[in-house]
Amino acid sequence: MNFIFVFLILISFIVAIYRGRLDETVNAMFESSILAVKVSISLIGVMALWLGFIKIAQKSGLIELFSKFVSPVLKIIFNELPKNSPAFSNIALNISANALGLSNAATPFGIKAMKDLKLESNKKDTATNSMCMFLAMNTSGFQLVPATVIAILASCGADNPTEIIIPAFIVTSTTFIFAIILAKIFAKFWKEV
Amino acid sequence: MREILNLISLFIIPFIVSVILIHGIIKKVPCYNVFVEGAKEGLFVAIKILPYLVAIMISIAMFRASGSIELIQNLFKAPLEYFKIPVETIPLMITRSLSGSATLGILSDIVNQTGVESYASKLSAIIVGSSETTLYVLAVYFGAVGIKNIRYALIVGLSADLFGIIFAVFIASYFFG
Repeated sequence: MNFIFVFLILISFIVAIYRGRLDETVNAMFESSILAVKVSISLIGVMALWLGFIKIAQKSGLIELFSKFVSPVLKIIFNELPKNSPAFSNIALNISANALGLSNAATPFGIKAMKDLKLESNKKDTATNSMCMFLAMNTSGFQLVPATVIAILASCGADNPTEIIIPAFIVTSTTFIFAIILAKIFAKFWKEV
Repeated sequence: MREILNLISLFIIPFIVSVILIHGIIKKVPCYNVFVEGAKEGLFVAIKILPYLVAIMISIAMFRASGSIELIQNLFKAPLEYFKIPVETIPLMITRSLSGSATLGILSDIVNQTGVESYASKLSAIIVGSSETTLYVLAVYFGAVGIKNIRYALIVGLSADLFGIIFAVFIASYFFG
C-alpha cells in the first residue's frame, strides 16, 4: 500500500504538469480530503444501526444457533480432521460471524480454530490441507449482508441501497464454493516441499 | 426472475432484523440496551477508517483529476468496452485483495464521482460486498499460529478473488446492465 500511495500521487503530479492540469489536481487533493471526512461521518449512522442489531444476535446466542446448521457440512469439507476435533465448532462460529458481517467478532474464533488445526498437525511451521481449506473459505469472504457497502450507498443517498444484496449474495456464495473446490484440487495435487 | 430476486432483496433486511429481535425477546435479552451498546461500536468503526479514507481518496482523486485515469482507459479500451467494465472500477479491482480500508476509500470515491445510481457504483458495491481482504486474512491467521510455509493458500485465495471479480462483472450486467 505504501508503494501504491506514493506512486499514485507522484504520477498524478507528473501527468498533471504534462497535460496542464496542475491546478485541477491540487484542487482535487483538498476537495477529496473534505469528502473523505463527510463519507466517514455519514457512515456512523448505518454502521451503528447494523452493529446494534448484530449485538442483539450475539447476546441472544443466534450466532451459535446458526453455526449448528453449518457444522454437518463442515464435517464433509474437512474430511482429513478427526470427527470430534474441537476445530469444527470454532470454524463454524468463525464462518457464521463473518457471514453476518461481524469480522471483529469472527477473528478470535478463527485464531482459535487455527490453533486447534495446528494441534492436529505434526509439522510446526507448515500449513496443513485443513488450514488452507479454512483460509480459502475465509478469504473468499462469504457474507449474507454486506453491511459496510450498504452503509456507503445509503449515506450517499441511494434510492434502494439494499438492491445489491441478492446480486452480491449470488457472487459471494459462488466464489465460496469455487474456493472450496479449488482448495480441494490443490490439496490433492500440491507436491509437498 | 430479476423481479423476484429484487423483491427478495427488499424483504431480506426486515426478515433478518425481525428474526434477531424475536430471538432476542425469546432469550430475554434487553434488546434496547444491547442495541445501544452495539451501536456505540459503529461510531468507532467509522472514526477509525477516517484517516485511511483521506489517504486513499486524495490519491485516487488526484489520479483522476490529472488525467492519468484516461491513460489507463486508452490502454485497455478494447477489453473494458467489450465487457462493459467502467474504468473507475479498475483501481478497486487491484486493491481489493490488498487493503480493506483502501477498498472502502475507492468505493466511496466511485460512488461520489459517478453518482450512487451509476453502473460503476453498483458493480463496485457487488465486488466489495462479495469478497474479503485476502492478504490481511492470511497474514492475521497464519501469523497468529506461526506458520511460515503457507503452501497453496495464497494461490487459492487470489484465484478465488479473480474468479469473484469476473463473476461480479457478469452478475452486475445481468441485474443492472
